[in-house]
Amino acid sequence: MSDVSRRQRLLAHPWILGLAGLLLVLLLWSAITATGLVDGLFLPSPAAVFAAAQAQASTGILGRDLLASVSRVFSGFALSAAVALPLGIAMGSNRAICQLLEPLIGLIRYMPAPAFIPLLIIYFGLDELPKVMLIFLGTVFFNTLMIMDAVKFVPHELVETALTLGGSRAQVLRSVITPCIAPQVLDTYRINMASAWNLVIVAELVAANEGLGKRISLAQRFLRTDEIFVGLIVIGLIGLLIDLGFRLLMRRACAWAH
Amino acid sequence: MELRVDSVSKSFGQGSARKLVLDNISFTIRSGEFVALVGSSGSGKSTVMRLVAGLDRPSSGAIHLDGQPVRGPGSDRGMVFQKYSLYPWLTTAQNVAFGMRLQRLPAAEVRERTAYFLEVVGLADAARRLPRELSGGMQQRVAIARALAAAPKLLLLDEPFGALDLQIRESMQEFLHALWRRTGLTALLITHDIEEALLLAQQVHILAPRPGRIVRSVAVDLPAGERAPLRLQPPFLALREDLASCLRGLDSALSP
Repeated sequence: MSDVSRRQRLLAHPWILGLAGLLLVLLLWSAITATGLVDGLFLPSPAAVFAAAQAQASTGILGRDLLASVSRVFSGFALSAAVALPLGIAMGSNRAICQLLEPLIGLIRYMPAPAFIPLLIIYFGLDELPKVMLIFLGTVFFNTLMIMDAVKFVPHELVETALTLGGSRAQVLRSVITPCIAPQVLDTYRINMASAWNLVIVAELVAANEGLGKRISLAQRFLRTDEIFVGLIVIGLIGLLIDLGFRLLMRRACAWAH
Repeated sequence: MELRVDSVSKSFGQGSARKLVLDNISFTIRSGEFVALVGSSGSGKSTVMRLVAGLDRPSSGAIHLDGQPVRGPGSDRGMVFQKYSLYPWLTTAQNVAFGMRLQRLPAAEVRERTAYFLEVVGLADAARRLPRELSGGMQQRVAIARALAAAPKLLLLDEPFGALDLQIRESMQEFLHALWRRTGLTALLITHDIEEALLLAQQVHILAPRPGRIVRSVAVDLPAGERAPLRLQPPFLALREDLASCLRGLDSALSP
């Protein structure tokens, strides 16, 4: 094999260029901080950020923050997913339910979820519940509408075939519609999980004792830009991991759709 | 088994937008018969099929199966659609078993009948494959096996080979004819292809378009066996040409 073709094959791997882009930014970042052109207060060096991360990890703060944020995201989003699935299927398969709820949901979903924080604090206090509810409120309507759309796009022939094979309406829902929309449902969850992450940070900026968002707002108070960077990078990495997890789950569970 | 379609008309839309799609259609299918409805687009032939399947209701007239009025879809009328009708997440065998599962047949019987019908359509080797791994012709054979496995009294075929290449289409016609001879099924075929109707059916009804109505009915008496040689025989060609000119006449009567 010639060098040229080997290089082409290497470049053809989907991750290579992506990694190169990442490295480029890291390199640029190191170079800028090394020249000392920018005050370290505004842009800490990669080494300083890494050191801050290590310090947080060794004291256990990072672990506690991660656990707090991740468990909020997961409980809020699990609640949202569990409500949106039956609701979306009901709206997608029943015209009356759809006509009843679609305008209402269409209205509420344009209200920015963070604007609900004051209300949620009045209703639920300052514990975990208002944060979980914020994530729930901020994602449930998008989840529902996207699942409804997936149901509406189930080919009629698949439903009608089941009916002519003697299937009941309930059997059509269980054996045709649910498996048919499974890939879109997973994709919906994957996409809306990103909003859940946004919302948990917003909630923690407003009121929390621990969590990645809380750490960032504390770091701001003490001008610890290195810790802000740690928070941002960790949030990004967790988001990426969750995204990859959903993709893997989809590839495993819905191999037929690929 | 007897299917009676009595003076069935169907309109879509309301008020001034109301459009008559089928006008006073009547025909009968008895046990073991293979009947074809032939028409161009706009003849409402698929609507006839949906009415018989119970997926739509006639505006007037009645459809009876063994004296019972058709009120909705049911497993006594199995349907094969033109395309997209296999469940893409199920294997070939699971697709064939699908109707029997819905009817809650015992697992052992489902297994046995699935194996039998896969054998009948010549796809025993493809039992574990997903639909996307099958050719168009194979997919339609799976759809036919799935419909038959649910033990319908009447098999409804809505342009079943319409999406297939010509060569595959011809081999599927041979297959369907042999299947009909072997299993004694009762079938209603919808097609726009006169040759296909003549090769497969004993009774062919020609539908005129806008509104759809039966303008001619022909009894076909071709020898059993392979279909390919029949295509070139003079009596067959004469009949085909006769019906083709009838269809052409219907179309030209419409154009200004």
